[in-house]
Amino acid sequence: MPAETPALTVDKMHKSFGQLEVLKGVSLTANDGDVISILGSSGSGKSTFLRCINLLETPDKGVVTVAGETITMRHRRDGRAEPADRRQVDRIRSELGMVFQSFNLWSHLTVLENLIEAPVHVQKRPRAECVEEARALLAKVGMSERETYYPAHLSGGQQQRAAIARALAMRPKVMLFDEPTSALDPELVGEVLRVMRALAEEGRTMLVVTHEMGFARDVSSRVMFLHHGLVEAEGPPQELFSGSTSERFRQFISKERG
Amino acid sequence: MDFDFISKTFVRLLAALPLTLSVWFLSVVLGGFIAAGVTWMRVSGVKPLELFARAYILVFRGTPLLIQLFVVYYGLASLPAVRASFAWGFLRDAFNCAALSLALCTAAYQAEIFRGALLAVPHGQVEAARACGMSRLLLFRRVIFPIALRYALPAYSTEMISMVKATALVSLITLWDVLSVALKIRNDTLVTYLPLILAGAIYFAVNYIIGAGLLALERRLSPHLKPRLT
Repeated sequence: MPAETPALTVDKMHKSFGQLEVLKGVSLTANDGDVISILGSSGSGKSTFLRCINLLETPDKGVVTVAGETITMRHRRDGRAEPADRRQVDRIRSELGMVFQSFNLWSHLTVLENLIEAPVHVQKRPRAECVEEARALLAKVGMSERETYYPAHLSGGQQQRAAIARALAMRPKVMLFDEPTSALDPELVGEVLRVMRALAEEGRTMLVVTHEMGFARDVSSRVMFLHHGLVEAEGPPQELFSGSTSERFRQFISKERG
Repeated sequence: MDFDFISKTFVRLLAALPLTLSVWFLSVVLGGFIAAGVTWMRVSGVKPLELFARAYILVFRGTPLLIQLFVVYYGLASLPAVRASFAWGFLRDAFNCAALSLALCTAAYQAEIFRGALLAVPHGQVEAARACGMSRLLLFRRVIFPIALRYALPAYSTEMISMVKATALVSLITLWDVLSVALKIRNDTLVTYLPLILAGAIYFAVNYIIGAGLLALERRLSPHLKPRLT
């Protein structure tokens, strides 16, 4: 039997914005069922790293492989990298479910329409099947009562749960969470974290950029700590949180608990 | 009050309404297509196209429509090269000149409305669509266009109404629209105000209907902007 193909690998990702080098060679391997929390203070490059994985930002260097398929890049004449095949990027994006800090539900569509939009129009699956699956997902995130609501009529926590369901509706291989609770009022954070914890428990592969230390410590299988565009510390949360060798990480968690 | 005169005048003015409405409709539709092209150039990110679009908007918004109309109708006709070309078959007709001239002008305004609407589409919603794997075309068709349309409608409605009023200028290039019929009756009968007031009432009624129609469309397309009744 061949070795198991990782759900996602990133090899030596580099990214600069102008003179500012945000990522200086960050690598990561996520196997099926891994829940990896990516921590770091602001400016550490953690969100950029996540956004480079599905090419919302174009990495300057580095190789992204999703379920064995590597995104092919090429260099433009001015030396900057760009994807060689847009359709491949579109296909791989549809295998990576993305959840944003500011939800980004489509404002002109109801919750249910938001969920079936991409499955129907990108994946071209039958509408009836998509609707049925969308309703099951809404039930899972506790939003069944709200399927005819527009995003503007929902609280932040409800919007984020709907956005998680929207990402799941694509049947993604990996879920990417970009600070999913950072824009929420404190009393709404819990309902979103509960949904994410449930996803982790059913064995979803997840990458979570977060400031929620409790989630990182209790739910994730691995923690990655970025500092100035490099991996400063990495490992199982029990080891890292009970006394990391990295002085910076110890400082970081004491500040976050602050 | 001479009701017989009023009703006769009213009927004659109404008979000219189809011409006013066809100039309006043709120029608005043709102008919409031109505007789509100009907007596309304006936001294309390709420098020469962008400059062309900016120059187009600058010229057609910056000069009086009446001058544009005269240039198209009288100016072009005075050029031997134009009269010798195949375009003459089209440009010799005052109606065509009127529709073309109004279309070129409204296109500049509509292009700016479209550009503003495109800029107002929230970036996060575009990103969410890209993250789902939507191709550029699908992204435009399913997300950018429907959202931008809703932003464009209020200003677009104003432009439609302005254009109804702008059609009154075609009375100056020999067309028998509502205003020129009113002026003719005024000349013939020496009744000063009544034909003008009746003509004004007809323009008002048309604009009322257009405004109400577009407002209804706006409300229908934007249930998400109203408070929810539960």
